[in-house]
Amino acid sequence: MKSMTKQKPIEEIQQSLEGLDKVFIVGCGTCTTLTNTGGVEQVEEMKEKLQEMGKWLTGTLVIPTACDDMTDVAMKENEQAIRGADCLLSMSCALGVHRLSLYLDIPVIPAVDTLFIGVEETPGYFREACAQCGQCFLGITAGICPITACHKGLVNGPCGGTNNGKCEVDKEKDCAWTLIYNRLKEQNRLHLMRQYQPPRNHHVTLQPKSMKIS
Amino acid sequence: MVSRFKEALGSGKFVITSEVAPPKGTNLEKMQHHIDLLKDKVDGINITDHQSSAMRFPSLGGCLAVLESGGEAIMQMTCRDRNRIALEADLLFAYSRGVRNVLCLTGDAVVVGDHKEAMGVFDLDSLQLINAVHALAGGKDLGGNDLDGAVEFCVGAIVTPEAQPLEPQLIKFEKKVEAGAEFFQTQAIYDLDNFKRFMDYARKFKTKILAGIVLLSSARMAKYMTANVPGIFVPDDLLDEMSAAPKEEMLAKGIEIAGRTIAALKNETICDGVHIMAIGREETVPDILKAAGM
Repeated sequence: MKSMTKQKPIEEIQQSLEGLDKVFIVGCGTCTTLTNTGGVEQVEEMKEKLQEMGKWLTGTLVIPTACDDMTDVAMKENEQAIRGADCLLSMSCALGVHRLSLYLDIPVIPAVDTLFIGVEETPGYFREACAQCGQCFLGITAGICPITACHKGLVNGPCGGTNNGKCEVDKEKDCAWTLIYNRLKEQNRLHLMRQYQPPRNHHVTLQPKSMKIS
Repeated sequence: MVSRFKEALGSGKFVITSEVAPPKGTNLEKMQHHIDLLKDKVDGINITDHQSSAMRFPSLGGCLAVLESGGEAIMQMTCRDRNRIALEADLLFAYSRGVRNVLCLTGDAVVVGDHKEAMGVFDLDSLQLINAVHALAGGKDLGGNDLDGAVEFCVGAIVTPEAQPLEPQLIKFEKKVEAGAEFFQTQAIYDLDNFKRFMDYARKFKTKILAGIVLLSSARMAKYMTANVPGIFVPDDLLDEMSAAPKEEMLAKGIEIAGRTIAALKNETICDGVHIMAIGREETVPDILKAAGM
């Protein structure tokens, strides 16, 4: 499971750094390293781009896992270089940006956009498998999530836009309900598809979402 | 006031519906012209709901224009742009103003339309919307609260008899029938043998089926639809027939094919009626009906 990210256009990063001349860059050794968006190599490339922009780099660091609580320790070890910066440019996913912001007074600017939580189904191919909707349908949809795999998140079967097993939004994308139908048929459980699913509860966990584990 | 369209469905006659698309803007002249052209020739006029996800004057507004003109309106309602609160509210308003028929659709994806960055709502799907209409008819909203004044609609849905694979669509069709869809307007059909097979199956259910007739305006359009529109399949013999027609006679050929198809559906009592979609050429609908011998 990886937090899937895409690097922001350099123009947007430049705009975000307006008036912030001294920069400390943080990458992440976990997800953005594996997706080539914020590992050692990309941090080094970003450093060069910022220097070309005329920025002063007070330091760079690739934290093993930017979203976990060990980030606090890594921040303390690099306190001096970080304190010397006007901002921190984060090449971790948004979870890392959030964690870094907990420890720092200076602005934390994201250099990547976080897209989805992906599962690697075949080498290098990641798919969003769960939207954390709080109401799991997988037991009646043969393990294929209709919330993430169907463009419209339909729970009662396919729409009229499905064509030869593909989705109306993109001929390369599979129709979730054709996949669900095929697998339920194989399992001899098509009766599940015939059941009426009532409208979903969009507030299973009330936003803002949090949970205290005792 | 009951639904005249529902009465037509129950009368055993061969029912004709057609559809009109509202304008992009506030100039209603063309829509009004099409309504005037059709209102006395068909049993119901569908007004599309931002068809193909392109923002337009609303279906409800078009339906009011139909009613004001003395016609019978079928309000198309998709789940793409409104959550259940807005859908229910629009149903209350539509009913209060005399709309008596609603066609429940999931709706096209937002990204195929002209507001590609808008949010696709899909809080309900077509099936849940059918249930919502029946809940409102029973005097309750989807929150389980009592209504002061209920609705009474003739509720319809769509089905795609040429879908590939077909069985998942048929499962949904059956769910819609169970939910109380009183009529179905189908996606365009061209191959009558295929459609007869579908009707052999559909006849088992207590609902009315209006076959979708989409006017072929040119051979190119026919090929394009077969290649790009889900569930539309124009067989080779019709493609050849269109291609053989001189360019200036292609539209007339399309009208002839549509009329011939309707006549066959009616004369062989294959289904309960037809839904004619002339897609921008609504002025040809009377010619199509004439070609069908009506």
